[in-house]
Amino acid sequence: MDFQNENISRYNFEQCTKCTVCTVVCPVTPVNPRYPGPKQAGPDGERYRLKDSVFFDEAFKYCLNCKRCEVACPSDVRIGDIILAARIAHTKSRPSLRDTMLAETDLMGSLATICAPVVNTTLAMKPVKYIMDRTLGIDSHRRFPKYAGTKFVTWFRRNAESLQADYPRQVSYFHGCYVNYNYPDLGKAFVRLFNAVGVGVHLLDRERCCGVAKISNRLVKEATRDAKINLDAVRKAISGGSEAVLATSSTCCFTLRDEYPHMLGLDNADVRPSITLAVAYLARLIESGDIKLVFRDDYRRRIAYHTPCHMERMGYTQYSIGLLSSIPGVELIVLNPNCCGIAGTYGFKKENYQTSQAIGAPLFEQIERVRPDFVATDCETCKWQIEMSTLQRVYNPIEVLAEALDFDATRKANNLNI
Amino acid sequence: MKELDRHYDVIVIGGGATGAGTARDCALRGLKVLLVERFDFTHGATGRNHGLLHSGARYAVTDSESARECIEENMILRRIAANCVEDTGGLFITLPEDDLDYQNTFVKSCLAAGIQAEAIDPDLARRLEPSVNPGLIGAVKVPDGSIDPFRLTMANVYDARIHGADILTYHEVTDFIRSGSRIEGVVMCDHRNSGHEVRATADVVVNAAGIWGHLLAEKAGVSVKMFPAKGALLVFGHRVNNVVINRCRKPANADILVPGDTVCVIGTTSDRVSFDEVDRMDVSPEEVDVLLREGIKLAPSLATTRILRAYAGVRPLVASDDDPSGRSISRGIVCLDHASRDGLEGFVTITGGKLMTYRLMAEWATDTVCRKLGRESAGCVTAELPLPGSEPIDAEASRSTAGEKAAVGRHGTLASRIPSAYASDRALVCECEEVSVGEVEYAVNNLNVDNLLNLRRRTRLGMGTCQGQLCVCRAAAILEKHDNCTDRHLNGIRQFVNERWKGMRPVAWGDNLAESQLTAWLYGNVAGLDSLDDSGEMN
Repeated sequence: MDFQNENISRYNFEQCTKCTVCTVVCPVTPVNPRYPGPKQAGPDGERYRLKDSVFFDEAFKYCLNCKRCEVACPSDVRIGDIILAARIAHTKSRPSLRDTMLAETDLMGSLATICAPVVNTTLAMKPVKYIMDRTLGIDSHRRFPKYAGTKFVTWFRRNAESLQADYPRQVSYFHGCYVNYNYPDLGKAFVRLFNAVGVGVHLLDRERCCGVAKISNRLVKEATRDAKINLDAVRKAISGGSEAVLATSSTCCFTLRDEYPHMLGLDNADVRPSITLAVAYLARLIESGDIKLVFRDDYRRRIAYHTPCHMERMGYTQYSIGLLSSIPGVELIVLNPNCCGIAGTYGFKKENYQTSQAIGAPLFEQIERVRPDFVATDCETCKWQIEMSTLQRVYNPIEVLAEALDFDATRKANNLNI
Repeated sequence: MKELDRHYDVIVIGGGATGAGTARDCALRGLKVLLVERFDFTHGATGRNHGLLHSGARYAVTDSESARECIEENMILRRIAANCVEDTGGLFITLPEDDLDYQNTFVKSCLAAGIQAEAIDPDLARRLEPSVNPGLIGAVKVPDGSIDPFRLTMANVYDARIHGADILTYHEVTDFIRSGSRIEGVVMCDHRNSGHEVRATADVVVNAAGIWGHLLAEKAGVSVKMFPAKGALLVFGHRVNNVVINRCRKPANADILVPGDTVCVIGTTSDRVSFDEVDRMDVSPEEVDVLLREGIKLAPSLATTRILRAYAGVRPLVASDDDPSGRSISRGIVCLDHASRDGLEGFVTITGGKLMTYRLMAEWATDTVCRKLGRESAGCVTAELPLPGSEPIDAEASRSTAGEKAAVGRHGTLASRIPSAYASDRALVCECEEVSVGEVEYAVNNLNVDNLLNLRRRTRLGMGTCQGQLCVCRAAAILEKHDNCTDRHLNGIRQFVNERWKGMRPVAWGDNLAESQLTAWLYGNVAGLDSLDDSGEMN
């Protein structure tokens, strides 16, 4: 009876026991009846697609790739991966110009930062929004994130790089496109905070967009090219003395850790444990007693924390919540688990706008009800969505920590004389 | 006791492919037909085989007559039963432990029987079917395919009814009405009506009851010697292969792997069993082991694929008529007019053969009936006239959801009659097999559905990976709306779940066991069906 003992399925989708909890937690199913839901689109549909690709349903494009189904699954079925892989394998049309533009964050960012004020003004003009809506299918309700005049990388090379080698610990920072092209302030806060606890910060030799937008827009070849560059750079950083490669964006981190092996088939097992989120790294060092944070006495804030979907998928939420609530003057309200609806480039697409806003509606209502001083979250696209859909400002926990930190006291507590 | 008002030209006993095909052929030739089945259509061997559209290649070396019949019927079925057939193509592979010389004999015999067999390069075989054992040293391409016996049978029943046939399921023939040396009708027990006795009369009675035909013939007072041979099969959770894979050697255990609908099936074993066993076929651990061990040689990935269930059917092997000892077995068609053979008028037995030749069997039986009735002018048209649903389909483009496409696959052009106007029609009852509320309604209204088990055979409801876990209670709610029999359908759920468990039990490990546990908790503990007794009463 040896064969019976060894007959364990190696097909992930066959581990589904049809309990349907994935469909219960799916944010899209209740608001878009066209979407068949993760169980149907994922493990159920996979059997049919193995028979014939005509059973692929274009409606799978309504999947957010939020992976909430995977968090809920008791059998470890990678439902979101199955759906995304099916979209990549079976969608007949090539990615549109719009999808390519939205996904090419490096290219667009590099061009836009050259003349940021002009681009920012243009993208905010009503006629331009109207034209983009009609010609490209980018919803006119959307607000584009503003581009920065100086890239984070430029600032870092000029102002910070030369000081880093003297710190007792060394990490590399995967800043991501948003920090580099749109919001260098977060990167600056990261460097200040880590320096204060004795950690020197380095950039990767080469950094490309993590590729999440390319993957979800089916630009797999382009995403794989970038991913290989990133993984090589990560390996080089680790062998060059960095303890870890840290991201401040939960989605960049998730993509490097999990989407690379699962969606692109790239083996990152050697460096995966070294790639993590900045808050996770900090929280672990604090817990082990290696570093200390000392906060200002006069910092008083009421903060609502929103958990990004990929944060939940990685199981990292506890780190952000723990760090924020360790600030003495902070009253932390953890918002109900609810996808904000934007899902990166998804919410920019005209056909998804209604769905996107309907998914986020309960979150926006709760934020307005709670009336915090501001919202904290680890994902930049959640930030755009919440800032556009509520009256609140949104900050990354790293920024909040840096803002609340008593730098001198922290440096002293960590025995820094630099 | 109830006497049916109508006097029939012919009563056909047996709701398998042969009986349904005979009823259709008789009805098409203008006869007044009654088709009776003791349980449900396809309940016997018709519903318990590979679903292989044989090219005949398997018999080419040993039985050229069967091979020739197979390839002829194969070509006919592709025409008349298009929505029941999938043209997968087939491979006969030679493994290193097999004799490669056999391949030459095999190809020659195939060509002699009219089967397009072509030896191809093993590399090409690996490209045609990536799941095939990469160690193969030879391959022959043949026109095998897969055929859905449930759809095929129901299409015949449906067409018989359109042409005036009356249909009775759950009516078991317990005796014959006779006058001297003439059979004049049947006495039936109505299983759904407390075993009530029902009588029907006809000029001719056709015994198309498969292995049970042996016992029926005894009741009629004649002897048709049959030998029950059990064949066990395993169903895998998804399609590993898209081309039928056979072993190129003398037929043996578990040497055919057939992709059918959403699954693939490996089989079979072959063991003589006694008549006491034919109504309860259990698959033993040893059989599962043989099937898996041999199956892996055809497609190694079967070793790590989820097995959905195990099942077994009974082949009705018939002794050659001139050999009462039964040593000489024929796989060919046996059509007996008991008037000339045994001096018993009004009784015909059609047996032997196989699913592949059901139409030819029906033709022979109907020819015999017509001859006896003096209605020989009516010719057989079943080789040309497509079955309902098998007309060419151009509607696929208008069907957008996977569920609608799956329904077209199951019902062919008749799928256009499935209600789909409202979201509530398109809502899925069975998610694994994409069966909608509309399809269930259609089956209940058109395909002789009385209970959940019937519904499964008509639609594939409950045949997917969850084996009825989610769909059976939804389906019961729809059946309940049709006849208000809550108690009966509650008990139906219990029977359905138990019947599914019977097939899962021999392969209950890993994911399958987890699945069945969840089902048991849902229906046993949450829904309380454990406390129903056999009559459906709550304890």
